[in-house]
Amino acid sequence: MALDSQKTEGFKQIGTRPDRPDGVDKVTGRARFGADMTAPGMLWGVIVRSPHAHARIVKIDTSKAEAMEGVKAVVTRADFSDAITPAPGMRGEMWNVLENVMADEKALYDGHAVAAVAATSQLAARDAAKAITVQYEVLPHVTDVDKAMEDGAPVIRDGTAEASVPEGMHPNVVRYHESGQGDLDAGFAAADLVIEETFKTEATHQGYIEPHACLATLGGDGKGELWCCTQGHWNVQKVCAALLGLETSQLRVTASEIGGGFGGKTAVFIEPVALALSRKANKPVKLVMTRSEVFRSTGPTASTSMDVKIGMTKDGTITAAQGIFRCQGGAFPGAPMEFTAMCSFAPYNLKAVKQIGYDVMTNRPKQAAYRAPGSPMAAFAVESVIDELCNKLGLDPIDTRLKNASREGTQANFGPKWDRIGLVETLEAAKAHPHYATPLKPGQGRGISCGFWFNHGGETAVMLALSEDGTAQLAVGTPDIGGSRASMAMMAAEELGIPYENVRCTIADTASLGYNEISHGSRVTYASGLATIEAARDAVKKLCARAAAKWGIPEDAVKWEDGCAVPSGPNAGDHDPLPLAKITAKMGATGGPIVGHFEATPEGAGVSFATHIVDAEVDQETGKTNVSRYTVVQDAGKAIHPTYVEGQFQGGAAQGIGWALNEEYIYGEDGRLQNAGFLDYRIPVASDLPMIDTVIVEVPNPGHPYGVRGVGETSICPPLAAIANAVSNAAGVRLKQLPMSPPRILKALGKHG
Amino acid sequence: MSKIHVTTTINDDEVEFLCDPRESLLDVLRDRLSLTGAKEGCGTGDCGACTVTVDGRLVCACLMLGAEAEGKSIGTVEGIATDEELHPLQQKFIEYAALQCGICTPGILVAAKNLLERNPDPTETEVRYWLAGNLCRCTGYDKIIRAVMDTAAEMREAS
Repeated sequence: MALDSQKTEGFKQIGTRPDRPDGVDKVTGRARFGADMTAPGMLWGVIVRSPHAHARIVKIDTSKAEAMEGVKAVVTRADFSDAITPAPGMRGEMWNVLENVMADEKALYDGHAVAAVAATSQLAARDAAKAITVQYEVLPHVTDVDKAMEDGAPVIRDGTAEASVPEGMHPNVVRYHESGQGDLDAGFAAADLVIEETFKTEATHQGYIEPHACLATLGGDGKGELWCCTQGHWNVQKVCAALLGLETSQLRVTASEIGGGFGGKTAVFIEPVALALSRKANKPVKLVMTRSEVFRSTGPTASTSMDVKIGMTKDGTITAAQGIFRCQGGAFPGAPMEFTAMCSFAPYNLKAVKQIGYDVMTNRPKQAAYRAPGSPMAAFAVESVIDELCNKLGLDPIDTRLKNASREGTQANFGPKWDRIGLVETLEAAKAHPHYATPLKPGQGRGISCGFWFNHGGETAVMLALSEDGTAQLAVGTPDIGGSRASMAMMAAEELGIPYENVRCTIADTASLGYNEISHGSRVTYASGLATIEAARDAVKKLCARAAAKWGIPEDAVKWEDGCAVPSGPNAGDHDPLPLAKITAKMGATGGPIVGHFEATPEGAGVSFATHIVDAEVDQETGKTNVSRYTVVQDAGKAIHPTYVEGQFQGGAAQGIGWALNEEYIYGEDGRLQNAGFLDYRIPVASDLPMIDTVIVEVPNPGHPYGVRGVGETSICPPLAAIANAVSNAAGVRLKQLPMSPPRILKALGKHG
Repeated sequence: MSKIHVTTTINDDEVEFLCDPRESLLDVLRDRLSLTGAKEGCGTGDCGACTVTVDGRLVCACLMLGAEAEGKSIGTVEGIATDEELHPLQQKFIEYAALQCGICTPGILVAAKNLLERNPDPTETEVRYWLAGNLCRCTGYDKIIRAVMDTAAEMREAS
């Protein structure tokens, strides 16, 4: 249902491209990121990690380390709360987090934390960490999703499975999802062609350039201060308080500037360890991960194994679709298999559809969210099969998708009826784009894919305080991971009717606002944006009340126009417009500070669809792929700051290119990660990529005052499939496993790499 | 272990420090001299976030020992804007949104400035290969490349 007050045109600020408020800080080197903070008397922390994929911890001897010069504290699992207990599946998530932050009886993956030390310098802490000796009893391990489901596979943790898991499955299968509708058998029988294929994707890392870092201070009185790079500092506060047995409000958390997150900094890893060390030493402790630790111990995304079966008639109508998605999320429950299942067929209007998901545990690090978690893999499998059907039936890939596209009122593959959505508009814009009409050169292939993400609302609190000089201080609680402070200031300025430059947007700490959910689910411009608009409207109401009091007329006889209170209605009388700055100049004497608030859980985050077009060529001798042209078409609902929207589109496409062509977690036979560095885990560099063209489609989201839909995540959903389709069409053979690295392409071409 | 005394020049200022023989130039800049503009993204010379100039040559500060700075002239991101005015590259990076999170920006600015000093009229391919040692995970490089190309054009016109 559309908001009564929705406004989608006639803006003064929205849709312009002002400079970001943190721009100068970021180009001069003075912006403070996680590792850039220090405190007087500060110690350095280092974490000791398991070199084994699966091992019982027999004994930890810290005596040598504790005797070393400069060492002030050593912690192990015994230094954390024992009030948190395990429970099946995700119901025991706080225990899972604790277990991941510091191992108890068993090390569950290569890189699992087992102890930590704090000393007067980083070098002294590193030396001390080496002096901590851990005696392990090595256990059998498994790292592959399919092998982890086989009879006889080592059991990671018995008793974790939820009741929904079908009987007879391996104990490593811990959660199960099933959804869909209609008669599959009849649907497949009605098809002229049915294709069923199996696909695999490897785990990829979010690959933010800033390793996790924090500075923690905690005293024996239970009062603490924490500075860290995170996508959600209220979540950090909640988790750390629980893991250390503190009262939540006694721990103040401040979010630093954040050097990339992409979902990976929604989780908590080192912060509780730094706090535990600080409590023991009674001194501030700084803890910074190395890049190797980031790869080995923080969340990559899930790896998958997927079976997709789709039936189609000769005219391109999909008659039935089925997907089975096996997702591995490391040594804990939580692989996003329900998202994989639900996103899989979301772009299509299907009478008969079924999707099944399995959450599988292995001896790998605990997966974390990565930009539309679970969706890109599903799109890879589904959109590859659709491409193959189009090829075999001689159909145009965009026309075929248009023919089957989900629209407003379509019953989604996982149940609900779609509200106003923009998939068709993205497909039509892609079809009309010059890219699609450009003939391919010899050796090139073209790939098309659609992609879908839910988007999210979530708990949100915003405060907008007016200053005497008529400027505004906007405090939001969602860490700015891509320029959101600019967008928030634009929305506040739009409502208040003052210049953009007169609004200063700050990311407030946990002591300054009510609870804010993490910057995840593409929720920031939607939810914090909605909250900003509502907080500004709240302030405007108060400004109007001051004008009404001054003029001696009822409050409802005053309206707000172009930054001024003006009389409105037949009985308002004749008064000159009263500008914002004139009201705020006297606010101390007319009733005190004027502050606008919004605290709620917005639930109208509109879903988002995208269509990508990719041209690629494959070197038949080396197997190397070159992406020669890339176009992103995505529905943004309403682009507040179009440049930053384009940036999200381009960034998602680039990460997708890395995932499709290069990036993968490589485990040795010993269960150890073989490529825990940027040299061997190669993310795209500037010379790998073409310019990435963007088209912003604007189909207003009925649930936002200006029609905003989140844009951050959907951009990574189509690339895996679009590139795989382009590569398959260029190579003349269907690629079914990611990444499509040169050796894998040579193998598919029947050549030895 | 005894410390080494080093005298060097950083952003045209003479600087003295004591460092452990094992400390990298990056450790010294960040932890001893509070010049936190250069970032540690990998510590192995793969990401370029710690890019600085040493006697005019691009170096990953994580791959050079602090003690090796003796007698050298070091340039960091903190030295790019010399007064109230930003360098044209810095201005263009803001204008083009050539940064999202900004963690790679210091290294990319140092590298791009060094490129334009050597080659005021680079092709897109030359910019892409020059910056291939500087990882950015947010932008897909599109807006970075455009910002560098446009700065080069503007600086050519101005000179």
